Amino acid sequence: MATTTTSSAAAEFARRQHSPMERVQHQLHGKPWLSPLFLLLGTFVAFFIATPTFLTANSMGILLQQTAVVAALAVGQTLVILTAGIDLSVGAIMVLSMMVMATLARDDGMPGVLALLIGVVLATGAGLLNGLLVTRINLPPFIVTLGTLSIFTAIALLYSGGSSIQADRLPDILNLLGEGFSIGGVRLTWGIVVVGVMYAVVGFVLSQTAWGRYVYAVGDDVESARLSGVPSKRVLLAVYTLAGLTYGLAAWVLIGRAGAATPNAAPDANLASITAVVIGGTSLFGGRGRLIGTLIGALIVQTFAFGLSQLGVNQQWRVLATGVLVIVAVAIDQWIRKVRS
Amino acid sequence: MRSGVAVFTATAAAFSLAACNRGSSTDTGGGGEAAVGVVLITKDSTNPFFVAMQEGAKADAAKNNVKLTVASGKQEGDDQGQITAIEDAIARGDKGILITPMSTGVNAAIKKAREAGLYVIALDTPPDPANTVDITFATDNREAGKLDGQWAAATLDGKPAVIALLDLFNDKIVSVDYNRDQGFLEGMGIPLNDPKKNGDEAKTGKYTGGKGGDYTIVCNEAGNGAEDGGRTAMEKCLAKNPNINLVYTINEPTAVGANAALKAAGTTATIVSVDGGCAGVAQVKNGVIGATAQQYPLKMATMGMEAIAKVARGGEKPTPDPGLDFKNTGVALVTDKPVEGVESIDSAKGAEICWGK
Repeated sequence: MATTTTSSAAAEFARRQHSPMERVQHQLHGKPWLSPLFLLLGTFVAFFIATPTFLTANSMGILLQQTAVVAALAVGQTLVILTAGIDLSVGAIMVLSMMVMATLARDDGMPGVLALLIGVVLATGAGLLNGLLVTRINLPPFIVTLGTLSIFTAIALLYSGGSSIQADRLPDILNLLGEGFSIGGVRLTWGIVVVGVMYAVVGFVLSQTAWGRYVYAVGDDVESARLSGVPSKRVLLAVYTLAGLTYGLAAWVLIGRAGAATPNAAPDANLASITAVVIGGTSLFGGRGRLIGTLIGALIVQTFAFGLSQLGVNQQWRVLATGVLVIVAVAIDQWIRKVRS
Repeated sequence: MRSGVAVFTATAAAFSLAACNRGSSTDTGGGGEAAVGVVLITKDSTNPFFVAMQEGAKADAAKNNVKLTVASGKQEGDDQGQITAIEDAIARGDKGILITPMSTGVNAAIKKAREAGLYVIALDTPPDPANTVDITFATDNREAGKLDGQWAAATLDGKPAVIALLDLFNDKIVSVDYNRDQGFLEGMGIPLNDPKKNGDEAKTGKYTGGKGGDYTIVCNEAGNGAEDGGRTAMEKCLAKNPNINLVYTINEPTAVGANAALKAAGTTATIVSVDGGCAGVAQVKNGVIGATAQQYPLKMATMGMEAIAKVARGGEKPTPDPGLDFKNTGVALVTDKPVEGVESIDSAKGAEICWGK
């Protein structure tokens, strides 16, 4: 077809009839969360058929509870990755915030609400610090957050003295997100509700506001965004700060979920959050992706893990499955990007 | 229209995937109708101690008609991994859980499981508080440390003891850690302060074990239970005092690391340890480790599984041993230099009943 002798080959090419495969490609290109959604649905169908304990109300409640913490962290991670950055300090900020909240409030040393607020503000400040190092000193996000990962982890250990704090020594407000209610037999925690609200709010801001557009523009090409009047540095700073805030909320969710504050609670939180973002169709090179995709990505990983576990499969297989998922997701993404206009 | 095509393709893919799974599930589901579901949740899946536990449980599962699932944290400290495994077991409808609890961080999840009617047995590490689980099957770690201490004191034969204590952690407090360390000091006849705290005893004084004599505690260093950590910890201790002649180690990998440091420094010391893994027993045989207290992870796993199978079929619940808040799975001192007054077995006998490779 490209060997045609007409001089206007490109124009002719555009008029050509699209094959069904190309149409799919077009659809997926327009909606980067579509392919993860189909993958999630497929996973559900597969496990539904394979094991009777998978699609029960009880199981669905547990699955959502298991997804909540990583999904919460992945909100901030998505924001950072959309700006072509990466945040390796997500887990460290969450744990630091959690230990500060719990230590301050232990045996009602401080009113729970105040301790909670200080913890969340501290996480926001930690995000701000990341942002300042990225925008003012112009260090690559990878380096900045690699450094702050160690710094925040160490501070959390030093501050807490390495010991964990049980739920019964904490005020109700800190345990609140582990409590919940049932809808049709599905047990939902307030933590799940908080995470849902986070997705709704941040998703709205990203897709419906000018600031959201700025985030994409900065991620696409920071220099051209700046030249076209986007306050790039301020946007970046805001992204890291907002991300910090979401990690603080994740800390609250985590206390409720675990029923304790433990200084080494979630060792693979960083990679898990990045995995959710990548499987959710957000490009690691920035500027492309949707928050809803991240939520689906987090659910896919957890659904695979949970489903395989319900089958009684050794957990190493689910680690393997996660690896395959990441590669498949990015491969699909690459294919979608080759879309012909 | 276009999205219709996309939906169709994806659904088709999903169903073909599902079809594959259906095939495999029929294969595995056929055998175990009345099988009791049990999950074994260890701290990690690489430590030879836990590997031995898993292998023991797998070998025992068929005999008891147990459908065994094996899970673990990703690494030491991964509370979330254990919590997830506990929830998975509840959802799967398992009858019981065998767990080496990572920390108090998993207590709430264990409570949830018991509320859901699962019988929970802790293996190796009693949770804090012990009544978090139905019962614990474990080594008496304080007794294990005590055997080491008694043997060491007798071996010193009245000479001054210059001691290095190579503990597990210094950033968190776990019962295995303080029980072995404090048990060792107790066996040496060194006065303790807080029995749940490492490093708070007087640094110098008299020990009363064996013939008795002067003692100096040079250091409490964390080796994280591994060779490299043991070596680094021992190097730090030797930097403080090169005359160390007695080294307590939390486990045998730490002992091997400590020996490497001693060798590099051109000195020797008597090393005592705990575990009794086959690799550790071999170190006793070749003289690196003077004595080690052997524990029995296979026994913990098999006894635990049998107990759950029995309870699930309406049988009697196990009870703790008299005077203890857990069921003691036993400990034996392995040494080729026996001393009077301390019961021990030699390395040949230890090798017959050791665990791991």
